Amino acid sequence: MSKIIKNLKQFSTSNDRFEGAHLLCPGCAHSIIVRELLNCTDDNLVIANATGCLEVCTAVYPHTSWDASWIHIGFENAATAASGAEAMYKTLKRKGRLKEPDKPVKFIAFGGDGATYDIGFQFLSGAVERGHDFTYVCLDNEVYANTGGQRSSSTPRGASTTTTPAGRVSYGKKRYKKDMVAIMAAHGAPYVAQVAPNKWKDMVKKYQKALSTEGPVYINAMSACTTEWKFPADQTIDVSDLGTDSLVFPLYEIENGHKLTITYRPRNIVPVRDYLGVQGRFKHLFKKENQHIIDEMQKAVNEKWELLQRREEAGI
Amino acid sequence: MAEKLKLQEVEVWDGNMAFAQAMRQAQIDVVAAYPITPSTPTVHGYAKFLADGYIDGEFVLVESEHAAMSGCVGAAAAGGRVATATSSQGFALMIEVLYQASGMRLPIVLGLVNRALASPLNVNGDHSDMYLGRDAGWIMIDAFNAQESYDLMLMGFKIAEDLNVRLPVMVNQDGFITSHTAQNVKPLQDEVAYKFIGDYKEVNPLLDFGKPVTYGAQTEEDWHFEFKARQHKALMDSKDTIENVFKEFESLTKRKYNLVESYLMEDAQVAIVALGSTVESAVQAAKNLRESEGIKAGVVATRAIRPFPLKEVARALKDVKAIATLDRSAPGGTLGMIYNEISGAMYQSDNRPIINNYIYGLGGRDMTQKDIKEIFRDIKRNADSGKLVTPLQQFSGLRGPKLSFFN
Repeated sequence: MSKIIKNLKQFSTSNDRFEGAHLLCPGCAHSIIVRELLNCTDDNLVIANATGCLEVCTAVYPHTSWDASWIHIGFENAATAASGAEAMYKTLKRKGRLKEPDKPVKFIAFGGDGATYDIGFQFLSGAVERGHDFTYVCLDNEVYANTGGQRSSSTPRGASTTTTPAGRVSYGKKRYKKDMVAIMAAHGAPYVAQVAPNKWKDMVKKYQKALSTEGPVYINAMSACTTEWKFPADQTIDVSDLGTDSLVFPLYEIENGHKLTITYRPRNIVPVRDYLGVQGRFKHLFKKENQHIIDEMQKAVNEKWELLQRREEAGI
Repeated sequence: MAEKLKLQEVEVWDGNMAFAQAMRQAQIDVVAAYPITPSTPTVHGYAKFLADGYIDGEFVLVESEHAAMSGCVGAAAAGGRVATATSSQGFALMIEVLYQASGMRLPIVLGLVNRALASPLNVNGDHSDMYLGRDAGWIMIDAFNAQESYDLMLMGFKIAEDLNVRLPVMVNQDGFITSHTAQNVKPLQDEVAYKFIGDYKEVNPLLDFGKPVTYGAQTEEDWHFEFKARQHKALMDSKDTIENVFKEFESLTKRKYNLVESYLMEDAQVAIVALGSTVESAVQAAKNLRESEGIKAGVVATRAIRPFPLKEVARALKDVKAIATLDRSAPGGTLGMIYNEISGAMYQSDNRPIINNYIYGLGGRDMTQKDIKEIFRDIKRNADSGKLVTPLQQFSGLRGPKLSFFN
């Protein structure tokens, strides 16, 4: 059952099933993304968590930040852990062995972009193909933040990471970010969306839609990483605003694999350069010899935005 | 509600069908599985039972063995009966999650149909996969034929789910020789089999929302050691439950199982220690040699591989003068596992027999009666000489020049 959240005050005083006591960095967007999801429903929750920042910062024995059923197995298999638990739920419901047979249960999986785009890609693909009734949320900070800032296949072109460092002859990562939203939509998942914590109303709306959707749902959540993106800890929302308003992170959803809807249109689209300029990971791009990379990135963002708009218009 | 299946007093099943029938009778709540030779027919059999309405559980057909065990862990933590089957490379892919299953104390049952590990690729039976899993914190039991595969699979659930145990159980059988050879199996009827195992007892299930639990927490140097020590203790203590379940099964079926099985050991002077279908072959060879050559030969096998029945092994071998330990897995630069473990057990006993090691049957190479008799004659020479006159480690059944090590 969805909870009605009308304003920020009501949201901020909402009951927490994800407790504030955790070890995430000050300014980490993960906790905002997770907390909103857990607080937007009154249903019972089973949460599967991939190894990563969220996991290591919220379940260090003998403590736990989770006032909900929670399981972490490994780096790659959060989607499969959720699959197994969901399958057990279906069996026990059929066999009349549930303690609260009438109360809805939602299955959620959290993974970072390393767990989602890379090592758990096959597991997520399998779980979505099998059609389990669960919501997978990728906390996309575009880097292996927990292991010291290595590149993932979600890392954007031009970013300096510890394994693709900018140097005398390198401008950082050469390849573009993998389009995970499109890949999940291509699986025919009934609902796929991209969210950002600065647009919290849009995020809650999508979460509630996700949880009420029967079948597999994929949510790609932009999660600004103060440590690896290299910006001050009190500017998470400002950086996120530049992410959505530059359209580097466009907010949209895709239903049944094809029906695309743009859910946020910035009143003033800001240049990609502005988004890059506030992050240390892109600092080297502003050197004279690397400026063309910024131009290329702007071009890629423009093209993607054009594609999204055309797809929305065409309704296919 | 699942339909019952009426079984004959004696069925003709191969080892895979024996596994599948026992899994059906256990009324498993969730099976997550992925196909691999030679365990595939276990999963096929289970799928057919499901399709025909003889099973009322969920069957999650995952995209890899790693996912199979991951799905099993998720399902078992949710709170119900869970099992799967695999072999070889698939088992190797599962390894990471095997440790997580045992660390979380989840009573998952795994039917492991033993097969060689690549490279070179090989689909036939040896014990490389079994050996690979031996430190994973699972209870490991070994079936030597199809009847035992059926019996031990049933008992596996009862052992794993016992409230004093709560550890995953691996039931091993030999690929092809056991898994694909039709044999007579005396099954229990469905009600009797299910009653023997009993209803699943939940412990800290994810689906108990009145009491939310955190599975898979992190521990570092402050707690990890204590967790692992407790896990080891649980595994060591499971011996009592295993023996109790064996006894209960015996009173139900008159089929007796022991932590360590002994054959022709009453007056044996030399003994082979082996695993899998080789145990029956060795018993046959021992019988023949007793008649034809008067060698007082016997056979010992560890029914329970983990927990390792150290004292029971020493007791079973307390009067022999020489032992041949037969390992069906490439030893990777040392002596075979059975050699090391039997030697360790005998070092703690008053009897200090001469022990040597044979590597045999890799990749499904036949272990012939001739080979086994040769081994018995070897160790008879060791016994008669009162010292090791054979190589410490040699390869049996290998083509080309004889190969031996630690000479």
